[in-house]
This record gives sequence, structure tokens and C-alpha cells, in this order.
Amino acid sequence: MKPKDSGRRSFLKNTAALAGLAVGAAQTVSGQAAAPETSSARAKDLHGYGERSKFETATRLGAPGLYDPAPPGYHRDFGFRTPIQDSVGFITPASLHFVIAHGYEPPDIDPAEHHLLIHGLVEKPLMFSLDDLKRFPSVTRAHFLECNANGAPSGPTGQFRVSPNATAQDTHGFTSCSLWTGVPLSTLLKHVGVKTEAKWIIGEGSEKGKHTKSIPIEKAMDDVLIAFGQNGEALRPQQGYPIRLLVPGYEGINNVKWLRRIKLVEEPYMGMWESTKYPSLRPDGLSRWFQFQMGPRTVITRPSGGQKLNGAGFYEISGLAWSGGGAVKSIEVSTDNGKTWREAEIQSPVYPKAHVRFGFGWDWNGEETILQSRCTDELGERQPTVVELAKFWKVEPEFFVKTGTIPGHFNAIQPWKVNADGSVQNAISF
Amino acid sequence: MMAASFTAAAQTSGYKNVGRTPTPQEVQAMDIAIGTDGKELPPGGGNAKLGAQLFADKCMVCHGENQQGSAQAPALVGGKGTLTSMRPMLTAGSYWPFATTIFDYIRRAMPRFQEGTLKTDEVYSLTAFILYRNDIIKEDDVIDAKTLPKIKMPNRDGFIPQNLDEIHDYKKRGCKLGHCP
Repeated sequence: MKPKDSGRRSFLKNTAALAGLAVGAAQTVSGQAAAPETSSARAKDLHGYGERSKFETATRLGAPGLYDPAPPGYHRDFGFRTPIQDSVGFITPASLHFVIAHGYEPPDIDPAEHHLLIHGLVEKPLMFSLDDLKRFPSVTRAHFLECNANGAPSGPTGQFRVSPNATAQDTHGFTSCSLWTGVPLSTLLKHVGVKTEAKWIIGEGSEKGKHTKSIPIEKAMDDVLIAFGQNGEALRPQQGYPIRLLVPGYEGINNVKWLRRIKLVEEPYMGMWESTKYPSLRPDGLSRWFQFQMGPRTVITRPSGGQKLNGAGFYEISGLAWSGGGAVKSIEVSTDNGKTWREAEIQSPVYPKAHVRFGFGWDWNGEETILQSRCTDELGERQPTVVELAKFWKVEPEFFVKTGTIPGHFNAIQPWKVNADGSVQNAISF
Repeated sequence: MMAASFTAAAQTSGYKNVGRTPTPQEVQAMDIAIGTDGKELPPGGGNAKLGAQLFADKCMVCHGENQQGSAQAPALVGGKGTLTSMRPMLTAGSYWPFATTIFDYIRRAMPRFQEGTLKTDEVYSLTAFILYRNDIIKEDDVIDAKTLPKIKMPNRDGFIPQNLDEIHDYKKRGCKLGHCP
């Protein structure tokens, strides 16, 4: 970890309550001095397009990056985690949706100039403008997006994830949930006519690295969207403006942003990221690749790491649950370090492959304890403990922190320790 | 010429006249992804000797004089025998399953900050240089659309499932909880 990053983070923790204005400036994504609450920001027409209250200061937080400083057009940081500990409901504001683009800044795309090419093993290759796409029937669906590496105990963000001082943003900030509006890809594929030899699609973006990802045709014909809307407005540039692939429940890498091309092919194309960076390397030297679906997962967002309870008494435990396998069926909470589990209350609409807000009334007796949550999805799969996950991987739990690769899909139950003074700490152990 | 297929498509979807037929030039300009069979590989070729000079000019600043990598860019050589260690070193030589990916990624995304500036022959030569430096080909072997897809990478069999036809079937693979055993 870079010392100055550490300094920035402790600065944030120490001053968050007192200096909302300074925090907003310090956490600015680009590292430039763009403070959202300065007089220049105030000069904007807020009747025309609104801003949140100056007292609301939650922001995305960068992970330690590869390029520092970065040349113009590139992220300093590798990824930006959503402040999930401050989330309410089940929708993430577009402005706080986590961002990973493998280090590339969003291209500045004029939607009037942008086209989507669909070609390859099709009857009739076609080029679509954004206006063309909007001529098709569209749908709006709630879906989460989650990075394969969300909560990975090793790799670039591993040390933040396992630190006793980790916040929920550090442990689970690479997941977000939006209402996505777009055209079902199946509509477009039927329109161009898919040849029977086509078994995969490859999606390709317009950013400088032209990210590509291979996706099975079964999934493409199922619930994939060409999304142009997010939470009632156009996609944000960081989320793929003007169009992106939205591949519900699958690893974030599948959701190609700034989408310019879909090619139908016979086999996966083995792009650099999918064939060399996203496979999970096992201790025996073999790698699982194309794991696709994110597993069932929950996190208590309140109370969570870095927050403080104000003495014994009633607290509503609040959190999020989701699964790439479908709808969340049940959510349980334990307030006694996993000895007993009780059903939590579902407090938001339940959509397949979407975040669900849960709540659980709790009378804290003022003693030290550990809070945990877990969910079961419609496939009957239940979120595992670290030990259960290790058994599934056929490794000892410490593998997850010691491995020199990134253990993806790390959906283990998250324990938060509540100390007698009301402070809350990350209690994950291996 | 398009009438027959257009009729078929229109019958399938019912959305008349939405989208336009791309020109062959438009498709060719965008059709840059290279599959494992290499059929999209462009005409041209190169070798490791030519690639060595290009590497020194355009790549060394990030990837290092001996391709050992830096804080800005990964190593391009080495790592053999490290995959079972707790500090595996994943390079084209030790890890990447397909040689076509090297060509695809260099042409698509390298050199970082000057993407798209390499000529086709330069991409072939740089691909050859990386393969040569990993002891996969000889220094004067020609790498082109015919030879590149035929190269078997050292770790090609190191992925589960090995057979590309089996990858798509998540259920048959016994995947659970978002993990595939």
C-alpha cells in the first residue's frame, strides 16, 4: 500500500464527521481539485439538473492504481468502490455506481456518431444507431453488477478487505444495483438472424483498450440487454455511455461498456482478460476459467466497519443480499457469532439477479458480539462461510489471503465485530 | 441480393427497416478480434529479430530491458514452474493458453497510451519476439496468419475445462455458488 494512500484513508476516517466539504474534495476521482460544493459548482443551474445536499458526502473510493500520475485520459486508480455502507434501499445512484475499466477513462462518445455492429454468423449483418436501437421495444429491469474480485482477500485490494479497520466499501464496494433500460439482445439477434453454428458472442467496447469478452449464445438469448438507460436517465460515461452490454448475474467483466460491436462466433475468442487474467489459478497449477455466474452473497451495511453504535438499545440491522443465480429466497441474520440464525425481513422488491434490502430488529445489550448475514437463492444455494468456501476450493482457508493471484467470486459470509464501546470492526479471519 | 435473407429476418422479428447493412470496409475496420483459429489474422508477417528492435523502441520503457516488467507493466517472460507456488508468475510463456491472444492484444491495446499506432507487420514481429523470448519459437521463425494459430502454448492444457466446447455449460461443469470446482 502506498503511504500517501494510507494517509488519505486515515484522514478520511478521522475527519469524516467534521469536515464533509474537505472529504468531498479529497475523494475526487481524478485527484484534481474539483470540489462538488465549491462556488463554481453552486453556479450551476440546480433547477435544471440537481445535486445532492452539501451535507451528503459519500463518494466512491479508488483502489491503489497502476499509473500514478496517469497521462491524460487514464485513471490514476484501477477501480472505484461504491460507498455501500451509506446506501439506502436497493438501487445505487449512477453517480456512485462502482467503476472498473481496467485503467481506461471513458471515451467521449457523441451518441449521434455511435453505432453498434452485429455481424459474424448471422443471416444479415446490421449496423444500428442509437436512434435505431430505440425503435425496438425496450425493457427496464433491476440488476446488480459485481466485479469478479469484489471482496477478494488478496490481490490489489486484498489488504483493505482483510484489515480490521475495513469499511463495507473496502470489503464489498465492487457491487452496485441499478434499474437498467435497454433492448433485449435476443430481440436484436432474432432480427439479424442467428446461424445455427453460432455458439458464442463476443462483445467489444470503444475505449482505448477495446475490451472484448466472449459470452455463450444461451446467455445472450436469455436475459442480456443492450442498455442505454440507468435509473431513469442515459447511462453515465463511466457506465458505458451511450450503450453497454448488461449481462445479469455474470462477472462484471462481461458487461462490456461503450459497446460498438457484437460478433457471433463458434468458440470463445480468448481475449486477453478472459483467458489470462480472470481464470482462477488453483494450488495444483490448473485454472478454472469462464466461471460466469456470481454466487449468493450478503453484507450488513449498518452497522458495519468504521461505524459506531451509540450505546445499548434498539438498532435496525440493515444490509443487502444478491445472487447471480436468480432471486434471493431467504436472508438470515446472526447476532451471536453464528450460534443462532433468524430470518431477516425483506424490505425492497425482490427481482432476480438484483440487490435486495433486508432488515433485522436488534436489541443490543452493550456487550461485544459478532453480526453476520447470509442468504439462499432460488437455486437453493446458500452463501458459504470462509471454511465452507475453502472446502469447495479444496484449499486451507489461509490460501485466500496468501495466494499471489486474485481469488475471484469470494462470496463468504462477512462478520462485523461490535465492540463494547460501540465501535464496529471487520472480523473476517482465515 | 439481400432480399431473401432480409425477408427471412423480417419474418423472424417483424421489425421492418431497423438498422442498415454495413459496408465491407466498415466491417473490416472493426473486425479486429482474433479467434483461436486465427481466421481474422491479416496478411503480413514478422520475426523475432525485427521484433527485438521494435520492443526496444516502443515497449521497453514499461516492460523492461529484459521483458522483466515494472510497476507499470507485467513481465513478458519467465514464470515457468511457478504456477503451483504461492507466488505464481503469469506470463505469455508460463500461462497464456493461446498465441493468437498475443497478436490480438498487442494490436488492440499496445503500446499503452499509443494504441492503434503499430503496423500489422510490427504486431507480428512483436508477437514473434515474445514467443522467441519464451523459448516457444526460433529467432528467425516467420510468424504470420498461417503459423501463429498452429503454435501450441506451453500452458494450453492448464485450464478447466480444456475442451472449448465444454466451457459454456455451467451446469454440466458442476459449478455451484458462483464457483466451478
